[in-house]
Amino acid sequence: MSTDETEARAAERRAVERGAERGAERAATAGQERRVRSAVRAELEADDDGEERPRAEEPGPAPGAVIELENVHLGFGDRVILDGVSFLAQRGETIAVVGESGTGKSTTLKLILRHLQPDAGRVYIDGQDICGLSFEEALEVRKRMGMVFQGAALFDSLTVYENVAYPLREHTSYDETEIERRVREKLAFVDLDPDVVMEQLPSALSGGMRKRVGVARAIANDPEIMLYDEPTSGLDPLTTGTITRLIMKLQRELGVTSVVVSHDIRSVFRMASYVAVLADRRIRFFGTPEEMASSDDRYIRDFLGGF
Amino acid sequence: MPALVARLNAAAQGTVLGVQTYVRLAWNALRFIFARPFYGGDLVQQMDAIGVQSLGIVLLTGFFTGMVLALQSSVQLRTFGATQYIGSLVSASMIRELGPVLAGLMVAGRVGSGVAAQIGSMKVTEQIDALNTLGTDPIKKLVTPRVLAALVVLPLLTVINDLVGILGGNLIAKVYVGLPSSFYWRTVWEQITAGGFSFGIIPNDFIQGLVKPFVFGGIIATTACHYGLATSGGTEGVGVATTRTVVASSIAILVVDYFLTQLLLAVLGGA
Repeated sequence: MSTDETEARAAERRAVERGAERGAERAATAGQERRVRSAVRAELEADDDGEERPRAEEPGPAPGAVIELENVHLGFGDRVILDGVSFLAQRGETIAVVGESGTGKSTTLKLILRHLQPDAGRVYIDGQDICGLSFEEALEVRKRMGMVFQGAALFDSLTVYENVAYPLREHTSYDETEIERRVREKLAFVDLDPDVVMEQLPSALSGGMRKRVGVARAIANDPEIMLYDEPTSGLDPLTTGTITRLIMKLQRELGVTSVVVSHDIRSVFRMASYVAVLADRRIRFFGTPEEMASSDDRYIRDFLGGF
Repeated sequence: MPALVARLNAAAQGTVLGVQTYVRLAWNALRFIFARPFYGGDLVQQMDAIGVQSLGIVLLTGFFTGMVLALQSSVQLRTFGATQYIGSLVSASMIRELGPVLAGLMVAGRVGSGVAAQIGSMKVTEQIDALNTLGTDPIKKLVTPRVLAALVVLPLLTVINDLVGILGGNLIAKVYVGLPSSFYWRTVWEQITAGGFSFGIIPNDFIQGLVKPFVFGGIIATTACHYGLATSGGTEGVGVATTRTVVASSIAILVVDYFLTQLLLAVLGGA
């Protein structure tokens, strides 16, 4: 992706975020936007004594956003995990959330799934505020999401077939032939041979295969949103590449909106539309991988140092 | 001193919170028995796991308890020349107390620990989160079938326990005391009818003996699910959850048994 393209996309993002009109004006403001962002960043760095931070100008869901966190605060007891986190993902985008361990990356996913509720702030899915929902209503929203867990979290008492069929049996009234057709299709999508793995128990599979079955189960219901918690952690470099390509394939072929929590900078750079860096309970950086690579922020440079 | 007060306060808060989550879980588990979707397959599977697979230990403990009861009472009753009442003593003890309590303790040890370990492992390997994410309420899917299965199965196990216990007593009465079986069974029946009847046909002893395991079944399943779902801290946490389940449900069975007996005696008469 060229620098011009990158800047145009970043500008578009800002424009949509503010609900401004689309058009030529957008491209014209691209350079300006970049300057504004670096100014804000400079201000954020200087302002570290707990004063008022820049907040979203207009509360409420941003038009066109599939996933949006708006000024989210969350703490467990005395420990503050997130302190004013905002970001959004539009249709078909892959947002990678990176950061040191314990900075609240997985917590962010739990907020989107509404396994947790923020102490303050809002989480919107397709413009719907999911914080006020009852447990049953939250289950309805979750049906539109697929989640790939760090350890795959396959049901170990069920076969691979039953694992992938689970969401179909739970939420559809398909007959057995249709369920089998879909299970085969999803397993083939993640490059597993249905005839070989279907009757196996998860404990008989390798880590990479389990993760792929986890992806197949997550996409069984054709979700609009995919969430990944450390999809490549604990995998060898080749399998890491396979899983990364799989995530990109999902984005490309099914147009799903994704949030990926990861430590793996190399795969993040390959698959992310935007990278959000969580540090010190806030979003330290939000931008394209290219912008991140060329960032002059000391912290970001250190973060990428190992790469 | 303030540090001690703060710690006591924190401990008290933790306890209250624990009781609150337990009560909410138990309430939801019972409420969902009548809610959709109903996981019939899981119910059958759990009835098999809790009931059929516990049959062996229940048969064994019941039989030996009945035998030892007959043996001990024969020694005591002989001093009064009243060995013909062995049947009454064994049946009263088995049906009212030992049948329900022993079946409860056995199932708490065998099934309670298993359920806590299974749900605990599912918790630490994110399978509970996965259920939630796939739009399934883990209480409906995991807790309600186990609670319902325990409520149904424990009274049945108790009846079997009572029966083999009385049979064990019969064996000892015949072999050691020389009491004819027909006489033994007549004293058993006299004992059962002596307690009076509810609704004209159900012996009060049976009501006492069946209400108890019903309550114990609920205690075992909800306690195991509660500790299982509260598991944290990896595989070590699973061990902690298992131990806590067995200890808490065993104590609860014995304590609740006392108060339940007092209540039932007051209601059914005989106190």
